[in-house]
Amino acid sequence: MDFNFTSEQDQLRDTVAKLVSQKYDFDTRRKVAKSESGWRPEIWSQFAELGLLGASFTEAEGGFGSGPIEAMIISEEFGKGLVIEPYLQTVVIGGNFFRHGGTDAQKEEHIAGIISGETRFAFAYSEPKSRFDLNDVSTTAKKDGAGYTLNGHKAVVLGAPFATHLIVTARTSGGQRDANGVTVFLVAKDARGVTTRDYPTVDGLRASEVYFENVAVGADAVIGKVDGGLPLVEKVVDNAIAALCAEAVGCFKVLNEATISYAKQRKQFGQPIATFQVLQHRMVDMFMAAEQASSMTYMVTLKLDEADKARKLAASAAKVQVGKAGKLVSQDAVQIHGGMGMTDELNVGHFFKRVTMIESQFGNTDWHLRRYTELSNG
Amino acid sequence: MDVQFTPEEIAFREEVRAFLETEYPAELRGKYSRDEYSKEDFLLWQKALNKRGWGAPAWPKKHGGTGWTATQRYIFQEECARAETLPIPPFGMAMLAPVLMAFASDEQKAHYLPRIIDGTDFWCQGYSEPGAGSDLASLKTKAERVGDHYIINGQKTWTTLGHFADWIFVLCRTDPTAKKPQEGISFILVDMKTPGVEVRPIITMDGGHEVNETWFTDVKVPVANLVGKENEGWTYAKYLLAHERTGIAGVARSKKGIERLREIASVELDQGQPIIRNPDFARKVSELEIDLTALEYTELRTLARESQGKGPGPESSILKIKGTEIQQRITELTLEAVGVYGAPYFRGFPLDGDNQHPIGPDYAHLTAPTYANMRKTSIYGGSNEIQHNIIAKMVLGL
Repeated sequence: MDFNFTSEQDQLRDTVAKLVSQKYDFDTRRKVAKSESGWRPEIWSQFAELGLLGASFTEAEGGFGSGPIEAMIISEEFGKGLVIEPYLQTVVIGGNFFRHGGTDAQKEEHIAGIISGETRFAFAYSEPKSRFDLNDVSTTAKKDGAGYTLNGHKAVVLGAPFATHLIVTARTSGGQRDANGVTVFLVAKDARGVTTRDYPTVDGLRASEVYFENVAVGADAVIGKVDGGLPLVEKVVDNAIAALCAEAVGCFKVLNEATISYAKQRKQFGQPIATFQVLQHRMVDMFMAAEQASSMTYMVTLKLDEADKARKLAASAAKVQVGKAGKLVSQDAVQIHGGMGMTDELNVGHFFKRVTMIESQFGNTDWHLRRYTELSNG
Repeated sequence: MDVQFTPEEIAFREEVRAFLETEYPAELRGKYSRDEYSKEDFLLWQKALNKRGWGAPAWPKKHGGTGWTATQRYIFQEECARAETLPIPPFGMAMLAPVLMAFASDEQKAHYLPRIIDGTDFWCQGYSEPGAGSDLASLKTKAERVGDHYIINGQKTWTTLGHFADWIFVLCRTDPTAKKPQEGISFILVDMKTPGVEVRPIITMDGGHEVNETWFTDVKVPVANLVGKENEGWTYAKYLLAHERTGIAGVARSKKGIERLREIASVELDQGQPIIRNPDFARKVSELEIDLTALEYTELRTLARESQGKGPGPESSILKIKGTEIQQRITELTLEAVGVYGAPYFRGFPLDGDNQHPIGPDYAHLTAPTYANMRKTSIYGGSNEIQHNIIAKMVLGL
């Protein structure tokens, strides 16, 4: 039994923590979120220079680390700074698509592009009516000579405004909700026929509606198996869930520290409100929720390479725990901060919004409870 | 025991319903659910009410009110919620007015009350301060008596709609030597145009501007603007807070909220089916609706007490706690229902002018900001923790 990190991993955490505290203070983050472009390409380059973008790839893949544990460390520290740049989309999602489904040529080209910071991905999977179901795909890819032609509309594609490439799920056969017939495509964002409408999200990120109109791609644009893309998508999304849980844990830690420190200094009725037992118990509940969420994040991270069923159970269990913890921690942090917790000026509200959005990203608590129940009883 | 309305009450309900259908200003329709309103919108609504003789639904006739019974007032509120009218801003109408009626001079009543009804004066509340929230009595804003004026210095905060207001009622410390914090406080009316009054916006996390900081720097106010007796303001402040809590349950608005939630949940798909047919989701909506039914009957019991001439008691804290929990839960489930389209944020970011493809359904746009915004309800009007303390002390005798 060992929950210790290697010295390299500790070092990685220090590097990211330092970067976030120096370059990602709350005021800077707020300005960036409100700026026209909504992100900082220069800080992305710095991530690359510091080796953060390669930390979750092995040396054989051209990286400097091993895999999910590094992604967990980075995501948690990024969570503490509410980092906007598309680490999850590019490194975790893009990286894992190539790692688990890419051909040697795709791996070579695109993992190198990720590590150097030149290529950024966005994952275009959800559709206006698909809610959280990865198999619910109406976007079509019709065989056209050697290649394919894509048509469809993808909804709320996070990070798309910053991306150079889109990873797109499309239907190559079967009906809208069939598990078979889903294929994953790599599409350059500037490909002819791709249009986007970019907008900010509630939590200060950016997303796009992405429309595909007769977009022609070659056979080499397919990632993984034709018609058999869904298991790959599920595996990659479970990796994303693990990283998202880690990000949430980073958010919880900041919210809990902020709440405790506020409660100690805020005086009402002649004493710090931290002395009121009713608030003490709530802060204890917040602390326990964060610890339980942290445990589940370790659990899912360690199970990402297990067989499909074990991995899915782990990811859903973690997402449920983190979703419940998120409601408790974010709502109570605002409540204990009182009016100040409601303001745009304080960081608490911004963490509240990010945690709220994480709850529904890649399936909300109910969706994962159902998946867990079905898997564990089936 | 009887929860049926009398035939007269039913006729009254029809009358209110007909009024709202024909006289509620057309240009205001839909504004409540879109969360967009201006001062002019409130004034327009007030004008329509006033024209019908309903300018002050909750006031007695002698002050220009309708003289309605508690049940009639309840029916009126319920119908307004059904019709999704703008709320009537409570600061003048529901908070200040009862204090004036009970404690102000005849001159003050004659001057201020009609101006609330006809919309001349838009009021805001000067209670909370940065250091005085739940512990309101620790307020520091001071008013010094100089000849026939007070000179006010200090800062109020969370001034809701202060940027619309013509007047503010301010709790000030007039006797700095008083032994207890509750003593030495006065209730003073201040014209917002007086030199030295400054309103600074507070933007909340949902991106909206409802609340403000209000600063007072050597603000000179005639002594005639004192309500009641100097240093007795705490009594009036408490009287106001007791009135603030009635109506805070928001049962009728919550019913409408659940109705809307059901509408959304019947078109939003989950696994290809309307999400309201998902038993997990449906169960949560049912639980919420049952909680609301309980609250409705608790409110009706309070109402019955009130119609028998017993004023709102500390039980009104139940209405505040449960009412706000339900309001928050409605917004939480509505956000849940809309799925991925809860994420796009358009406030302050105008769309790019392409109206061909609206982004997501219209009802989705405000769900996340509204969920965030409604967290305020368990904080304002005496936080829910304070309400628990009130019940513990005043009701349970703990």
